[in-house]
Amino acid sequence: MLTIKLKQPSVIPGFSLTLGFTILYLTLIVLIPLSGLFFKTVTLSWHDFTQTITAPRVMAAYKISFGISFIAALVNVFFGFIVAWVLVRYKIPAKKIIDAMVDLPFALPTAVAGIALSALYSDHGWIGEIFARVGIHLAFNPAGIAIALIFVGIPFVVRTVEPVLHDMDLELEDAAASLGANRWQVFTMVILPHVMPALLTGFAMAFARGLGEYGSVIFIAGNVPMVSEIVPLVIITKLEQYDYAGATAIALTMLIASFILLFIINMLQRWSGGRMLR
Amino acid sequence: MKSKSNITEPFLIRVFLIVIAIGFIGVFVALPVAVIFIEALAKGIGAYFNELNNDNAKAAIKLTVLVAAISVPCNMVFGLAASWAITKFEFFGKRLLITLIDLPFSVSPVIAGLIYVLLLGANSVMGKWLDAHNMQVIFAVPGLVIATIFVTFPFVARELIPLMEEQGTEEEEAAIMLGANGWQTFWNVTLPNIKWGLFYGVLLSNARAMGEFGAVSVISGHIEGVTNTLPLHVESLYNGYNFVGAFAVASLLTVLAVFTLILKMIIEYYYPHEIKAAR
Repeated sequence: MLTIKLKQPSVIPGFSLTLGFTILYLTLIVLIPLSGLFFKTVTLSWHDFTQTITAPRVMAAYKISFGISFIAALVNVFFGFIVAWVLVRYKIPAKKIIDAMVDLPFALPTAVAGIALSALYSDHGWIGEIFARVGIHLAFNPAGIAIALIFVGIPFVVRTVEPVLHDMDLELEDAAASLGANRWQVFTMVILPHVMPALLTGFAMAFARGLGEYGSVIFIAGNVPMVSEIVPLVIITKLEQYDYAGATAIALTMLIASFILLFIINMLQRWSGGRMLR
Repeated sequence: MKSKSNITEPFLIRVFLIVIAIGFIGVFVALPVAVIFIEALAKGIGAYFNELNNDNAKAAIKLTVLVAAISVPCNMVFGLAASWAITKFEFFGKRLLITLIDLPFSVSPVIAGLIYVLLLGANSVMGKWLDAHNMQVIFAVPGLVIATIFVTFPFVARELIPLMEEQGTEEEEAAIMLGANGWQTFWNVTLPNIKWGLFYGVLLSNARAMGEFGAVSVISGHIEGVTNTLPLHVESLYNGYNFVGAFAVASLLTVLAVFTLILKMIIEYYYPHEIKAAR
């Protein structure tokens, strides 16, 4: 009786084999190791735990990681929307190539991106030099972290907004226009509400990615404690000092933050009609 | 069609938006890639090949290929099994299972490395047992492989699940009714339908496996010529102020990334219906 409830009958074989293997592999590779984070943290007393995760250097790192990830995700929402818009709506030369370049931050190893960005944006780099002349330094400070996080976040907004714009019914815009709306009104009242769930999803994904990002950031950040040190680097520093419990406590708080974000992203995706689900 | 001008922007605004879009992608994506090759060739082509043709670089290339060659097939088998179970059957807890499979994507690479140090490192129960049996996992190749499996865990499954969901179960059911066994059905019916989606997933996990930095950085111990993968070798060279070397090795990884994207474009062009996932 119970099996009928748990699984609907099917003539296709291999259910127990494939599901059994899936659950075993998932448990060994993901669930057991991740739960270790929790078990290691509970070896700390509550006092030590709160001391560790609220130490000034750690608090500063949270502010930097959350703050700059937020800014970078916002920048990506703005530019990502424009890129998606141009790619979907306009005829431009080499569109396929520009479209493919949007995926490059997914494909390029983060360490490679890190050294390339710091070569480009440091005071001697092609772009950094221009800004250095007017006294703006783009690398080895929080601005450098923002640049790296903008880079890694680019595909998220473009790739979530693009399909929504693509499937959008032009007749809606046409109808609004023939009823007397000007282009700006059509944009703010028809287009923007339609793509809003996708924009928010892209924002949340870019933000979540920024929080965990390590490789592209450390080369350009300068890594000055209290100023430009991100949380993943604090975790690594603690590990190198053999403070495993400390590293784990901070990692656990970050993991919980990512899970909350993941939950929000799932909600957003359901709201946007499951278009980008999975 | 007369209303076409109603649903587009004035010419100047269009040009302005195009300039912003191309400028943004140019400054944040195209220029960094250009810089890699220019810095790599800064001291000429001879210096470039010298940096690639030495023991440490060769060892890093071999190790990177080895790690990917183990971790990618593991995740391929897992991805196939998981998507078979999830898409061919209806069962309780399916949504939860899909969420758990996606989990590694939302874990920072640094944390991915850390969890294995905790589980298998010298201070853990497992670590002591491994040590007693003379098996080195952390700061050695097996650790690099496991961490890489973790970070590339969802790629194949994530690609196949939406694809196989859409294809349904009718063809498989027909094959079984006609007397094929499960294995024959998978090999002759399912696999031909999903081969490009599968290849796509493998392609993406391979790119990530070869380029992973954060997770392997925690677990590797950074021993030159022994546990340095290509991305870690880039870091060692860069931190040792050997910029030509760092960018030369980085250029290899860049070529891999560009090659991956070109293959991806080709598959998307010829087999658009077999590529389902959002990215």
